[in-house]
Amino acid sequence: MATTSPEALLICEYCDTVHRRRPLVRGDVAQCVRCRAVLERHHGMSTNTLLALVLTAMIAFVQANLWPIVTLGLNGQYSSATLWGTIIAMWHQQAQVVAVIAAATLFFFPLVKMLSFGWLFWFARTGRRAPGFVPIMVTMHYLGPWTMSEVFVLGALVAMVKARVYFDVVPDPGIYAYALLTLMITVFAGVDVRRLWETTAEHPA
Amino acid sequence: MSAFLRAVDSGVVGCRVCRLVSRDTLGHDHAAMACPRCGSRLHRRKPNSYSRTWALLIAAFLMYIPANVLPILRTASLNDIDDSTILSGVVELWVKGSPGLAVIVFTASILVPMMKFLVLGMLLLSCHRGSDWARLQRARLFRLVEFIGYWSMLDVFVVALLTALVRFSVLSRVEPLPGVIFFGLTVVLTILASMSFDPRLIWDGRDIDD
Repeated sequence: MATTSPEALLICEYCDTVHRRRPLVRGDVAQCVRCRAVLERHHGMSTNTLLALVLTAMIAFVQANLWPIVTLGLNGQYSSATLWGTIIAMWHQQAQVVAVIAAATLFFFPLVKMLSFGWLFWFARTGRRAPGFVPIMVTMHYLGPWTMSEVFVLGALVAMVKARVYFDVVPDPGIYAYALLTLMITVFAGVDVRRLWETTAEHPA
Repeated sequence: MSAFLRAVDSGVVGCRVCRLVSRDTLGHDHAAMACPRCGSRLHRRKPNSYSRTWALLIAAFLMYIPANVLPILRTASLNDIDDSTILSGVVELWVKGSPGLAVIVFTASILVPMMKFLVLGMLLLSCHRGSDWARLQRARLFRLVEFIGYWSMLDVFVVALLTALVRFSVLSRVEPLPGVIFFGLTVVLTILASMSFDPRLIWDGRDIDD
Protein backbone atom coordinates (compact mmCIF):
# COMPACT_ATOMS: atom_id res chain seq x y z
CA MET A 1 0.00 0.00 0.00
CA ALA A 2 2.83 2.36 0.81
CA THR A 3 4.13 2.22 -2.74
CA THR A 4 0.77 3.00 -4.38
CA SER A 5 0.14 6.58 -5.44
CA PRO A 6 -3.11 8.10 -4.11
CA GLU A 7 -4.53 8.54 -7.62
CA ALA A 8 -4.34 4.78 -8.16
CA LEU A 9 -6.71 4.13 -5.28
CA LEU A 10 -10.43 4.54 -5.10
CA ILE A 11 -12.48 4.19 -1.94
CA CYS A 12 -16.09 3.07 -2.20
CA GLU A 13 -18.20 5.92 -0.82
CA TYR A 14 -20.85 3.49 0.35
CA CYS A 15 -18.85 0.92 2.30
CA ASP A 16 -15.29 2.24 2.65
CA THR A 17 -13.63 -0.61 0.74
CA VAL A 18 -10.32 0.35 -0.88
CA HIS A 19 -9.98 -0.49 -4.56
CA ARG A 20 -7.13 -0.26 -6.97
CA ARG A 21 -8.20 1.78 -9.98
CA ARG A 22 -8.29 -0.05 -13.30
CA PRO A 23 -8.39 1.57 -16.70
CA LEU A 24 -11.93 1.30 -18.04
CA VAL A 25 -12.83 0.74 -21.65
CA ARG A 26 -16.02 1.73 -23.41
CA GLY A 27 -19.13 0.57 -21.59
CA ASP A 28 -17.24 -0.48 -18.46
CA VAL A 29 -18.71 0.15 -15.04
CA ALA A 30 -16.49 -0.43 -12.03
CA GLN A 31 -18.49 -1.89 -9.15
CA CYS A 32 -17.54 -2.20 -5.53
CA VAL A 33 -16.61 -5.82 -4.71
CA ARG A 34 -18.29 -5.57 -1.33
CA CYS A 35 -21.48 -3.53 -1.67
CA ARG A 36 -21.89 -3.47 -5.50
CA ALA A 37 -22.14 0.31 -5.64
CA VAL A 38 -20.89 1.95 -8.83
CA LEU A 39 -17.34 3.18 -8.28
CA GLU A 40 -16.86 4.84 -11.63
CA ARG A 41 -18.04 4.38 -15.15
CA HIS A 42 -16.42 4.93 -18.45
CA HIS A 43 -18.03 7.38 -20.76
CA GLY A 44 -16.97 7.78 -24.32
CA MET A 45 -17.92 11.43 -24.55
CA SER A 46 -15.02 13.80 -25.09
CA THR A 47 -14.84 17.13 -23.34
CA ASN A 48 -15.88 18.82 -26.59
CA THR A 49 -19.00 16.65 -26.78
CA LEU A 50 -19.83 17.48 -23.17
CA LEU A 51 -19.34 21.18 -23.85
CA ALA A 52 -21.69 20.96 -26.84
CA LEU A 53 -24.29 19.21 -24.67
CA VAL A 54 -23.99 21.87 -21.98
CA LEU A 55 -24.53 24.60 -24.59
CA THR A 56 -27.61 22.74 -25.86
CA ALA A 57 -28.90 22.44 -22.31
CA MET A 58 -28.33 26.18 -21.76
CA ILE A 59 -30.31 27.10 -24.87
CA ALA A 60 -33.10 24.74 -23.80
CA PHE A 61 -32.99 26.22 -20.30
CA VAL A 62 -33.37 29.81 -21.57
CA GLN A 63 -36.34 28.77 -23.71
CA ALA A 64 -37.87 26.69 -20.95
CA ASN A 65 -37.79 29.76 -18.72
CA LEU A 66 -38.93 32.38 -21.22
CA TRP A 67 -41.73 30.56 -22.94
CA PRO A 68 -45.00 29.60 -21.34
CA ILE A 69 -45.29 25.93 -20.43
CA VAL A 70 -49.02 25.33 -20.74
CA THR A 71 -52.08 27.36 -21.69
CA LEU A 72 -55.52 26.64 -20.29
CA GLY A 73 -58.72 27.71 -21.96
CA LEU A 74 -62.16 28.14 -20.39
CA ASN A 75 -65.11 29.63 -22.31
CA GLY A 76 -62.86 31.70 -24.53
CA GLN A 77 -60.64 32.93 -21.71
CA TYR A 78 -57.02 31.85 -21.76
CA SER A 79 -54.43 31.59 -19.07
CA SER A 80 -50.82 30.48 -19.42
CA ALA A 81 -47.92 30.02 -17.05
CA THR A 82 -44.15 30.25 -17.18
CA LEU A 83 -41.78 28.91 -14.55
CA TRP A 84 -41.32 32.33 -12.98
CA GLY A 85 -45.05 33.00 -13.18
CA THR A 86 -45.49 29.81 -11.18
CA ILE A 87 -42.91 30.83 -8.58
CA ILE A 88 -44.41 34.30 -8.20
CA ALA A 89 -47.94 32.88 -7.95
CA MET A 90 -46.87 30.68 -5.06
CA TRP A 91 -45.20 33.62 -3.34
CA HIS A 92 -48.38 35.70 -3.54
CA GLN A 93 -50.56 32.83 -2.31
CA GLN A 94 -48.92 32.57 1.13
CA ALA A 95 -46.73 29.67 0.04
CA GLN A 96 -43.40 31.49 0.12
CA VAL A 97 -41.62 28.37 1.31
CA VAL A 98 -42.70 26.54 -1.82
CA ALA A 99 -41.76 29.54 -3.97
CA VAL A 100 -38.24 29.53 -2.52
CA ILE A 101 -37.85 25.75 -2.97
CA ALA A 102 -39.06 26.00 -6.57
CA ALA A 103 -36.87 29.01 -7.40
CA ALA A 104 -33.80 27.26 -5.98
CA THR A 105 -34.28 23.77 -7.39
CA LEU A 106 -35.76 24.75 -10.76
CA PHE A 107 -33.93 27.97 -11.56
CA PHE A 108 -30.91 29.01 -9.51
CA PHE A 109 -29.26 25.64 -8.85
CA PRO A 110 -29.69 24.32 -12.41
CA LEU A 111 -28.40 27.66 -13.71
CA VAL A 112 -25.32 27.57 -11.49
CA LYS A 113 -24.73 23.95 -12.44
CA MET A 114 -24.88 24.58 -16.17
CA LEU A 115 -22.74 27.71 -16.08
CA SER A 116 -20.18 25.86 -13.94
CA PHE A 117 -20.14 22.87 -16.28
CA GLY A 118 -19.67 25.16 -19.27
CA TRP A 119 -16.88 27.11 -17.57
CA LEU A 120 -15.05 23.97 -16.38
CA PHE A 121 -15.34 22.10 -19.68
CA TRP A 122 -14.26 25.12 -21.71
CA PHE A 123 -10.90 25.06 -19.96
CA ALA A 124 -10.76 21.27 -19.65
CA ARG A 125 -10.71 21.02 -23.48
CA THR A 126 -7.02 21.89 -23.30
CA GLY A 127 -6.41 20.05 -20.05
CA ARG A 128 -6.40 23.25 -18.02
CA ARG A 129 -8.12 24.05 -14.77
CA ALA A 130 -10.56 26.93 -15.02
CA PRO A 131 -10.02 29.91 -12.72
CA GLY A 132 -11.89 29.13 -9.50
CA PHE A 133 -11.70 25.40 -10.25
CA VAL A 134 -11.53 24.20 -6.64
CA PRO A 135 -14.42 26.27 -5.17
CA ILE A 136 -16.59 25.53 -8.23
CA MET A 137 -15.98 21.79 -7.96
CA VAL A 138 -16.77 21.87 -4.23
CA THR A 139 -19.99 23.84 -4.89
CA MET A 140 -21.02 21.32 -7.55
CA HIS A 141 -20.61 18.53 -5.02
CA TYR A 142 -22.95 20.22 -2.57
CA LEU A 143 -25.53 21.06 -5.26
CA GLY A 144 -25.79 17.29 -5.84
CA PRO A 145 -29.46 16.31 -5.47
CA TRP A 146 -30.91 19.83 -5.39
CA THR A 147 -31.72 20.31 -9.06
CA MET A 148 -35.18 19.08 -9.93
CA SER A 149 -36.04 20.17 -13.49
CA GLU A 150 -36.89 16.60 -14.48
CA VAL A 151 -39.37 16.33 -11.59
CA PHE A 152 -40.98 19.56 -12.76
CA VAL A 153 -41.50 18.10 -16.25
CA LEU A 154 -43.38 15.15 -14.80
CA GLY A 155 -45.28 17.60 -12.57
CA ALA A 156 -46.30 19.62 -15.63
CA LEU A 157 -47.58 16.44 -17.23
CA VAL A 158 -49.66 15.57 -14.15
CA ALA A 159 -51.00 19.14 -13.94
CA MET A 160 -52.03 19.00 -17.61
CA VAL A 161 -53.89 15.73 -17.14
CA LYS A 162 -55.61 17.07 -14.02
CA ALA A 163 -56.64 20.29 -15.78
CA ARG A 164 -57.89 18.45 -18.86
CA VAL A 165 -61.03 17.45 -16.98
CA TYR A 166 -62.24 21.08 -16.70
CA PHE A 167 -60.28 23.09 -19.25
CA ASP A 168 -58.90 23.05 -22.76
CA VAL A 169 -55.22 22.27 -22.37
CA VAL A 170 -52.71 23.52 -24.94
CA PRO A 171 -49.07 22.57 -24.40
CA ASP A 172 -46.75 25.51 -25.14
CA PRO A 173 -43.16 25.58 -26.47
CA GLY A 174 -41.80 25.77 -22.92
CA ILE A 175 -42.78 22.18 -22.21
CA TYR A 176 -40.84 20.98 -25.28
CA ALA A 177 -37.80 22.96 -24.18
CA TYR A 178 -38.16 21.29 -20.80
CA ALA A 179 -38.38 17.88 -22.45
CA LEU A 180 -35.08 18.59 -24.26
CA LEU A 181 -33.54 19.82 -21.02
CA THR A 182 -34.61 16.59 -19.28
CA LEU A 183 -32.94 14.59 -22.05
CA MET A 184 -29.68 16.53 -21.47
CA ILE A 185 -29.95 15.96 -17.72
CA THR A 186 -30.38 12.23 -18.33
CA VAL A 187 -27.25 12.17 -20.50
CA PHE A 188 -25.33 14.07 -17.82
CA ALA A 189 -26.57 11.79 -15.05
CA GLY A 190 -23.99 9.21 -16.16
CA VAL A 191 -21.13 11.74 -16.19
CA ASP A 192 -19.09 12.05 -13.02
CA VAL A 193 -17.50 15.49 -13.23
CA ARG A 194 -15.15 14.54 -10.43
CA ARG A 195 -12.96 13.01 -13.10
CA LEU A 196 -11.93 16.59 -13.90
CA TRP A 197 -9.83 16.45 -10.73
CA GLU A 198 -7.68 13.86 -12.51
CA THR A 199 -7.93 14.91 -16.15
CA THR A 200 -6.98 18.54 -15.62
CA ALA A 201 -3.73 19.87 -14.25
CA GLU A 202 -3.05 23.05 -12.35
CA HIS A 203 0.02 23.86 -14.40
CA PRO A 204 -0.15 22.09 -17.75
CA ALA A 205 3.17 21.16 -19.30
CA MET B 1 -14.29 -10.18 8.80
CA SER B 2 -13.73 -10.04 5.09
CA ALA B 3 -10.93 -10.29 2.56
CA PHE B 4 -11.49 -6.77 1.31
CA LEU B 5 -9.52 -3.98 2.91
CA ARG B 6 -11.41 -1.00 4.19
CA ALA B 7 -10.03 2.52 4.32
CA VAL B 8 -10.64 2.81 8.04
CA ASP B 9 -8.42 -0.25 8.65
CA SER B 10 -5.71 0.65 6.13
CA GLY B 11 -4.61 4.05 7.36
CA VAL B 12 -6.12 5.97 4.47
CA VAL B 13 -9.09 8.30 4.26
CA GLY B 14 -11.08 9.35 1.19
CA CYS B 15 -12.35 12.85 0.53
CA ARG B 16 -16.12 12.82 0.08
CA VAL B 17 -16.00 15.88 -2.16
CA CYS B 18 -13.22 15.05 -4.63
CA ARG B 19 -12.54 11.38 -3.73
CA LEU B 20 -8.79 11.85 -3.30
CA VAL B 21 -7.27 9.20 -1.06
CA SER B 22 -4.96 10.58 1.65
CA ARG B 23 -2.92 9.05 4.41
CA ASP B 24 -5.03 9.12 7.54
CA THR B 25 -3.45 11.39 10.15
CA LEU B 26 -6.71 12.13 11.93
CA GLY B 27 -5.61 10.29 15.04
CA HIS B 28 -7.94 9.53 17.90
CA ASP B 29 -8.05 13.04 19.30
CA HIS B 30 -10.30 14.30 16.48
CA ALA B 31 -7.51 16.37 15.00
CA ALA B 32 -8.80 18.23 11.96
CA MET B 33 -7.41 17.32 8.57
CA ALA B 34 -8.13 18.99 5.25
CA CYS B 35 -8.06 17.31 1.87
CA PRO B 36 -4.82 18.39 0.17
CA ARG B 37 -6.59 18.65 -3.20
CA CYS B 38 -9.89 20.42 -2.54
CA GLY B 39 -9.47 21.71 1.01
CA SER B 40 -12.62 20.02 2.35
CA ARG B 41 -12.46 18.70 5.86
CA LEU B 42 -11.76 14.98 5.98
CA HIS B 43 -13.74 12.58 8.14
CA ARG B 44 -13.56 8.82 8.47
CA ARG B 45 -17.33 8.84 8.86
CA LYS B 46 -19.87 11.61 8.42
CA PRO B 47 -19.88 13.60 11.67
CA ASN B 48 -22.66 12.70 14.12
CA SER B 49 -24.41 10.67 11.48
CA TYR B 50 -26.81 8.94 13.89
CA SER B 51 -28.02 11.98 15.78
CA ARG B 52 -28.29 14.20 12.71
CA THR B 53 -30.16 11.60 10.68
CA TRP B 54 -32.52 10.82 13.57
CA ALA B 55 -33.21 14.52 14.15
CA LEU B 56 -33.92 15.22 10.48
CA LEU B 57 -35.99 12.08 10.09
CA ILE B 58 -38.15 12.87 13.11
CA ALA B 59 -38.58 16.48 11.96
CA ALA B 60 -39.56 15.21 8.51
CA PHE B 61 -42.09 12.84 10.02
CA LEU B 62 -43.61 15.62 12.13
CA MET B 63 -44.05 17.68 8.93
CA TYR B 64 -45.43 14.65 7.11
CA ILE B 65 -48.47 14.37 9.39
CA PRO B 66 -49.97 17.82 8.57
CA ALA B 67 -48.83 17.34 4.98
CA ASN B 68 -51.26 14.44 4.68
CA VAL B 69 -54.01 15.58 7.00
CA LEU B 70 -54.31 19.17 5.79
CA PRO B 71 -55.57 19.89 2.29
CA ILE B 72 -52.91 20.91 -0.24
CA LEU B 73 -55.09 22.48 -2.90
CA ARG B 74 -58.34 24.48 -3.11
CA THR B 75 -60.36 24.52 -6.30
CA ALA B 76 -62.95 27.30 -6.24
CA SER B 77 -65.54 27.83 -8.92
CA LEU B 78 -68.77 29.82 -9.11
CA ASN B 79 -70.78 27.82 -6.62
CA ASP B 80 -68.39 25.28 -5.27
CA ILE B 81 -65.26 25.11 -3.13
CA ASP B 82 -63.35 21.85 -3.15
CA ASP B 83 -60.28 21.18 -0.97
CA SER B 84 -58.17 18.19 -1.80
CA THR B 85 -55.48 16.35 0.13
CA ILE B 86 -52.58 14.40 -1.35
CA LEU B 87 -54.54 11.17 -1.18
CA SER B 88 -57.80 12.57 -2.56
CA GLY B 89 -55.79 14.12 -5.41
CA VAL B 90 -54.48 10.67 -6.30
CA VAL B 91 -57.97 9.21 -6.17
CA GLU B 92 -59.35 11.98 -8.37
CA LEU B 93 -56.58 11.44 -10.90
CA TRP B 94 -57.37 7.72 -10.92
CA VAL B 95 -61.09 8.26 -11.45
CA LYS B 96 -61.12 11.19 -13.87
CA GLY B 97 -57.74 11.37 -15.50
CA SER B 98 -55.41 8.53 -16.09
CA PRO B 99 -54.73 5.65 -13.71
CA GLY B 100 -51.13 5.46 -14.92
CA LEU B 101 -50.31 8.96 -13.68
CA ALA B 102 -52.25 8.27 -10.49
CA VAL B 103 -49.88 5.38 -9.79
CA ILE B 104 -46.86 7.64 -10.41
CA VAL B 105 -48.20 10.37 -8.11
CA PHE B 106 -49.13 7.79 -5.46
CA THR B 107 -45.59 6.38 -5.64
CA ALA B 108 -43.90 9.78 -5.49
CA SER B 109 -46.08 11.36 -2.81
CA ILE B 110 -47.03 8.49 -0.55
CA LEU B 111 -44.94 5.37 -1.14
CA VAL B 112 -41.53 7.08 -1.47
CA PRO B 113 -41.78 9.21 1.69
CA MET B 114 -43.15 6.26 3.68
CA MET B 115 -40.37 4.07 2.36
CA LYS B 116 -37.79 6.67 3.33
CA PHE B 117 -39.04 6.79 6.92
CA LEU B 118 -39.10 3.00 7.20
CA VAL B 119 -35.79 2.35 5.45
CA LEU B 120 -33.79 5.10 7.17
CA GLY B 121 -35.30 4.21 10.55
CA MET B 122 -34.50 0.53 10.01
CA LEU B 123 -30.95 1.36 8.87
CA LEU B 124 -30.33 3.59 11.87
CA LEU B 125 -31.55 0.93 14.31
CA SER B 126 -29.75 -1.98 12.66
CA CYS B 127 -26.48 -0.06 12.27
CA HIS B 128 -26.59 1.15 15.83
CA ARG B 129 -26.80 -2.44 17.01
CA GLY B 130 -23.91 -3.34 14.71
CA SER B 131 -26.08 -5.92 12.99
CA ASP B 132 -24.58 -7.88 10.09
CA TRP B 133 -27.99 -8.92 8.87
CA ALA B 134 -28.62 -8.58 5.09
CA ARG B 135 -25.85 -6.02 4.63
CA LEU B 136 -25.84 -6.11 0.85
CA GLN B 137 -29.61 -5.68 0.69
CA ARG B 138 -29.56 -2.86 3.21
CA ALA B 139 -26.81 -1.12 1.23
CA ARG B 140 -28.89 -1.41 -1.93
CA LEU B 141 -31.99 -0.15 -0.15
CA PHE B 142 -30.10 2.94 0.98
CA ARG B 143 -28.91 3.71 -2.54
CA LEU B 144 -32.47 3.34 -3.80
CA VAL B 145 -33.77 5.77 -1.18
CA GLU B 146 -31.01 8.23 -1.99
CA PHE B 147 -31.71 8.00 -5.70
CA ILE B 148 -35.49 8.36 -5.76
CA GLY B 149 -35.86 10.76 -2.83
CA TYR B 150 -36.21 14.02 -4.69
CA TRP B 151 -38.99 12.77 -6.99
CA SER B 152 -41.37 13.28 -4.07
CA MET B 153 -41.34 16.98 -4.91
CA LEU B 154 -43.68 16.09 -7.80
CA ASP B 155 -46.94 17.00 -6.04
CA VAL B 156 -45.53 20.33 -4.85
CA PHE B 157 -44.76 21.31 -8.43
CA VAL B 158 -48.18 20.15 -9.61
CA VAL B 159 -49.88 22.39 -7.05
CA ALA B 160 -47.60 25.31 -7.98
CA LEU B 161 -48.35 24.98 -11.69
CA LEU B 162 -52.09 24.62 -11.20
CA THR B 163 -52.08 27.72 -8.97
CA ALA B 164 -50.36 29.72 -11.69
CA LEU B 165 -52.57 28.35 -14.45
CA VAL B 166 -56.08 28.21 -13.08
CA ARG B 167 -56.98 31.84 -12.52
CA PHE B 168 -60.19 32.57 -14.33
CA SER B 169 -61.43 35.21 -11.87
CA VAL B 170 -64.75 33.99 -10.40
CA LEU B 171 -65.24 31.10 -12.79
CA SER B 172 -62.43 28.95 -11.55
CA ARG B 173 -59.43 29.42 -9.28
CA VAL B 174 -56.87 27.19 -7.66
CA GLU B 175 -55.09 28.15 -4.44
CA PRO B 176 -52.38 26.33 -2.52
CA LEU B 177 -53.27 25.35 1.05
CA PRO B 178 -50.89 24.83 4.01
CA GLY B 179 -50.58 21.08 3.41
CA VAL B 180 -48.37 21.69 0.40
CA ILE B 181 -45.91 23.76 2.46
CA PHE B 182 -45.61 20.96 5.02
CA PHE B 183 -45.16 18.47 2.23
CA GLY B 184 -42.40 20.51 0.57
CA LEU B 185 -40.62 20.73 3.92
CA THR B 186 -41.02 16.97 4.42
CA VAL B 187 -39.28 16.29 1.12
CA VAL B 188 -36.43 18.72 1.85
CA LEU B 189 -35.94 17.23 5.32
CA THR B 190 -35.95 13.63 4.08
CA ILE B 191 -33.36 14.49 1.42
CA LEU B 192 -31.20 16.06 4.14
CA ALA B 193 -31.76 13.00 6.35
CA SER B 194 -30.59 10.56 3.68
CA MET B 195 -27.59 12.82 2.98
CA SER B 196 -26.56 12.84 6.62
CA PHE B 197 -26.78 9.08 6.98
CA ASP B 198 -23.42 7.42 6.43
CA PRO B 199 -23.95 4.12 4.54
CA ARG B 200 -20.50 2.94 5.61
CA LEU B 201 -22.00 2.37 9.05
CA ILE B 202 -23.87 -0.60 7.55
CA TRP B 203 -20.51 -2.34 7.12
CA ASP B 204 -18.84 -1.18 10.30
CA GLY B 205 -20.25 -3.84 12.58
CA ARG B 206 -19.56 -1.69 15.54
CA ASP B 207 -20.15 1.95 16.35
CA ILE B 208 -17.68 4.33 14.78
CA ASP B 209 -19.36 7.67 15.03
CA ASP B 210 -16.69 10.16 14.11
